[in-house]
Amino acid sequence: MSAPAISVTDLTKKYSERNALSHANFEVPLGTVCGFVGPNGSGKTTTIRMLLGLISPTGGTGTVLGEPIQHPERYLDRVGAMIEGPAFYPALSGSENLRVLATLGGFPQERVGQLLERVGLADRGKSKYKTYSLGMKQRLGIAAALLPNPQLLILDEPTNGLDPSGIQEIRDLLRSLAQEGTTVFVSSHLLSEIEAISDSLVMLREGEVIFAGKTKDLLIKQLPVIIAKSGNVADLQALLKIAVDSGHEATIRDEAVHIIAPSEWAQVLNKAAFDAGITLSQLAPIRPSLEETFFEMTEGDK
Amino acid sequence: MIRTFLAEWRKLRRPTLFLGSLVAALSLSSLVTSILFLMVDSRTGNSRRGEMVSRATLELPSGVVIGFSGAAGFLGLIALCVFAAQTAQEYTYGTLRNILVRQPRRFRLLVGKYLAMLTFAKLIIVLACAFNIALAYTLAHKMNVSTAAWGTHSGLVDLFHTYVNVLIAAFAYGTIGMILGLLLRSPISAISIGIGWLLIVDNILAATINNSAKWLPGQMIDTIARGKSPEMSYLHATTTISIYLVIASAIAVVLFRRRDVSN
Repeated sequence: MSAPAISVTDLTKKYSERNALSHANFEVPLGTVCGFVGPNGSGKTTTIRMLLGLISPTGGTGTVLGEPIQHPERYLDRVGAMIEGPAFYPALSGSENLRVLATLGGFPQERVGQLLERVGLADRGKSKYKTYSLGMKQRLGIAAALLPNPQLLILDEPTNGLDPSGIQEIRDLLRSLAQEGTTVFVSSHLLSEIEAISDSLVMLREGEVIFAGKTKDLLIKQLPVIIAKSGNVADLQALLKIAVDSGHEATIRDEAVHIIAPSEWAQVLNKAAFDAGITLSQLAPIRPSLEETFFEMTEGDK
Repeated sequence: MIRTFLAEWRKLRRPTLFLGSLVAALSLSSLVTSILFLMVDSRTGNSRRGEMVSRATLELPSGVVIGFSGAAGFLGLIALCVFAAQTAQEYTYGTLRNILVRQPRRFRLLVGKYLAMLTFAKLIIVLACAFNIALAYTLAHKMNVSTAAWGTHSGLVDLFHTYVNVLIAAFAYGTIGMILGLLLRSPISAISIGIGWLLIVDNILAATINNSAKWLPGQMIDTIARGKSPEMSYLHATTTISIYLVIASAIAVVLFRRRDVSN
């Protein structure tokens, strides 16, 4: 079995008395798209910086593409990264900015044109970076990350500043990279995006990993919510009583009863409602989205 | 290291920086040379701090480069600004994280960057030197200053020595700029502290404290640029400033290699 793309064990970073990251343990399998989520200040960027050799861990160990993170020179030529948004020289053109990085990394200069084409900046490659919109800067950052034709791509908020079609393009790009065998480790606040593209997930809260594993495993663990509606608003109280009497947590919201219960219990509720003379206009078990799960798991921050 | 050198040159060759530095170097050095020749007969002096450089002195073999030598301080300050800005801007633009991902060997990155800036400074100084020699011949002709001795062997030796001394002085200024850029991580702070010290504090201390000049970096670099001074020997100036720069560079390099990059 091949080594994971990223593996960290007890990885810790302490600033003065504060733990930016505390004993983090997780793995990112090769060839997958892994979402990296957590509220602001939860330690995502600190983790990414340690993986890239930009900051030193206070404790713990880690490997990237099988090499220890203490020796980033052994793996960074196979890693593409965009950290905390794009950062380039304002007085140079987009193309020249990429050429600086291509020269530094020893990558073929022909890739610059190909990548500008790939991220939709071919016609603005000669414009100065300072004239770019936020979305264009973001695209240039992604092009820079793709320069080494990376085995592992680490992206921090790649969809910031992009319009919906730009977000869709990035989603398609990440999917196509994953299909080509690139491992993608991506942090984003757009949880619906992460849910749509990621095979696995690492979730942080206050510097601690609170989930690391397959995205579907996380979502399956969450109890679904059954939403029941009746044409007669007066029946909602009766439906609420049925649910509570059966030992389920329930509330009335938006003219519907929300019941936390396994999806199979929906048919029990249907029969009980029929017996009580209630006609249901809607009965739907809904699995919580990643966003709802995220808020539930990280609510300690609020 | 070669890749770092070439990548740095991609930034240095941009027209606003290269032509801006060149125009500044040519303007300031030609100003010194012009005053030297055009005011050769003036009683108010034609050199720094009201000193008189006579017609006879200008006709010596070394006369062709007296103006260029006098402009060494200006050329050095340009080098300091370029080195400090090119180094510290990596922090302010946030580009340091990009370049460290592409070149994680931090020492190599610094050396490649430093060598690129040295060659940049050398190119600017060669062009400024050539321009000043041409200007000196033109103005000498206009002011009836004899140039017969300038093309002699002795004149060429003086020209070479002055060029090397100005180059060493500019490199020293540039190295100070890079060290300040690394330590302060802000172009404005690095440049203002560098120029503030070398132009103002250094001169005030030299003028007010007896025998302090031979320990002050600005005075030592000035001695190297001029080839001599009443305050100290050339050997003392080169040795002492080298020791200062080696110690300061070592501190800056250790900090750069160990410091977390979190901006």
